[in-house]
Amino acid sequence: MTATSDYDSGVKSTRPVAQSDRIFGSLTLAAAVVVLLVLLGVFASLVLGAWPAFKEYGLSFLWTAKWNPVTDKFGALAPLYGTVVTSIIAMVIAVPVGLGIAIFLTETCPRVLRRPLGIAIELLAGIPSIIYGIWGLFVFAPFMQSYIQPFLIDTLGHVPVIGTLFAGPPYGIGMLTAGLILAMMILPFIASLARDIFQTVPPMLRESAYGMGMTRWEVNRHIVIPHVRTALVGGIMLSLGRALGETMAVTFVIGNAHRISGSILAPGTTISAAIANEFTEATTPIYTSSLIALGLVLFILTFIVLAAAQWMLKRMKQKSGA
Amino acid sequence: MASMTRRKTVNAVMMTLSTGAAALGLFVLAVILLYLLYKGASALNLAVFTQDTPSPMEPGGLRNAILGSVIMSAIAVAIGTPIGILAGTYMAEYGRYAKLSKVIRFVNDILLSAPSIIVGLFVYQVLVVSLGHFSALAGSVALAILVIPIVVRTTEDMLRLVPDQLREAGLAMGWPRWVVIRTVAYKAAMAGIVTGVLLAIARISGETAPLLFTALSNNFFSLDLTQPMASLPITIFQFALSPYDNWQALAWAGALLITVAVLALSIVARLVTSKKEKH
Repeated sequence: MTATSDYDSGVKSTRPVAQSDRIFGSLTLAAAVVVLLVLLGVFASLVLGAWPAFKEYGLSFLWTAKWNPVTDKFGALAPLYGTVVTSIIAMVIAVPVGLGIAIFLTETCPRVLRRPLGIAIELLAGIPSIIYGIWGLFVFAPFMQSYIQPFLIDTLGHVPVIGTLFAGPPYGIGMLTAGLILAMMILPFIASLARDIFQTVPPMLRESAYGMGMTRWEVNRHIVIPHVRTALVGGIMLSLGRALGETMAVTFVIGNAHRISGSILAPGTTISAAIANEFTEATTPIYTSSLIALGLVLFILTFIVLAAAQWMLKRMKQKSGA
Repeated sequence: MASMTRRKTVNAVMMTLSTGAAALGLFVLAVILLYLLYKGASALNLAVFTQDTPSPMEPGGLRNAILGSVIMSAIAVAIGTPIGILAGTYMAEYGRYAKLSKVIRFVNDILLSAPSIIVGLFVYQVLVVSLGHFSALAGSVALAILVIPIVVRTTEDMLRLVPDQLREAGLAMGWPRWVVIRTVAYKAAMAGIVTGVLLAIARISGETAPLLFTALSNNFFSLDLTQPMASLPITIFQFALSPYDNWQALAWAGALLITVAVLALSIVARLVTSKKEKH
């Protein structure tokens, strides 16, 4: 309840409610319930569709690496592994670069360029993922195959321990390529989110820090980032949610191989890529059900990540509101 | 405390890195867009708009796919916008202090960023399995589910920005609340809500995953909503992965069309709000 107004403060009004109001009020309530039902419906339909698969394979579906449509043996481990690995690669690259862009836009960037560059980043965040996918397939994968991957194999491939990560022939497509495309796709998203979050820091706080003689980096490192830490983590989780569920940017360049390879240069698959590629080709009911079970796993995974993200972003809103 | 020179060096290094990050990020994104423009523009001609998707190595265009995308997006907006606006109205007006609003806000934010392929799976189970075949209608419903959360969010946010004094003035006239909402609150929040709808259209016009197993695709011109319908994103997906040069060229043309449409919609959406702010 706000202090300035008692409008609809929950106090029972003595005013008779107009009949027309009751109708419109219930109409809006019904629409709101639809939103709720959609989410419940998504969950229920996935559970229902995944039921045959879980009945057949039990919970071991989650840690079985086999995926064989010929013998009808299915397990989620390979796509789950691919989803996690590509998302980690994407986050490791996109988070620091995105934060760098955000710091640049709020600190170093000449004032005249701030607005246009900020708008450009926001517009780029809206580019559909299929665009990144098609560019990845025709331009980036061949580039990786001819230049980056041979270089990685020749250098890092010979280093003990991490060498296995970069073993094998340069396919072009594969988990590293998919992770990099994913990074490019979520980069504008992270950058514009982080910039918005940085701008919530009160100018007074920055100015006091500068007044103390702190350098730009110190102000950002010790004042700005700690001040918005929770929201920043929330924003990063939100981007992680995107990366985990992204379909089109990945499907083009992942290679669609149901196998777990120690090398990040090898082809793999992700949950969403597996569903996108195989769903219309699934011939047996148990095959379809296994793909829906994959969808359920992805849904639960992103639900947890997104719920945590919301909780963190909300905490910051409450803090700045108080 | 670290010495002054050291602090200055660290500062210089880190700020250079952040400028470098910005340069790198913008460079990569510019390369993608310029390449898209180059490939797309060289494949673009009148036939793209006037002819249907061809067989391999035959001349043709994207007419059925463009039309399919427009039709399905239009239906999706027609379904999603009223539901979204009404739900947003509930959360900002009638149910502002209700527990239900809090729950729905949480659910809505989850839907806002849930993987779109999951929405496709849901609609497949509800509308494709039950009806026995893929249809444009199922595709539209899948897209509508993506429209709703965006419109709900902007409607609620915009209505909350309307000062309560305006509403109280309306109520003091003896109007019922729905008249106040319609004539006062909606009017004040109109620009923001329109922006939300435009952004929702921009979002769904490039969505591929939810259409894969709902609307499927169609190589022929079709206006039948109960049949599979072609769409730009799916056509791009199929043609790009094909080995045929003319299909790949059409995929680039389609990709350019989508990008231009999305950018134009986002820019118009911005203009709508910024124009309002000046008044």
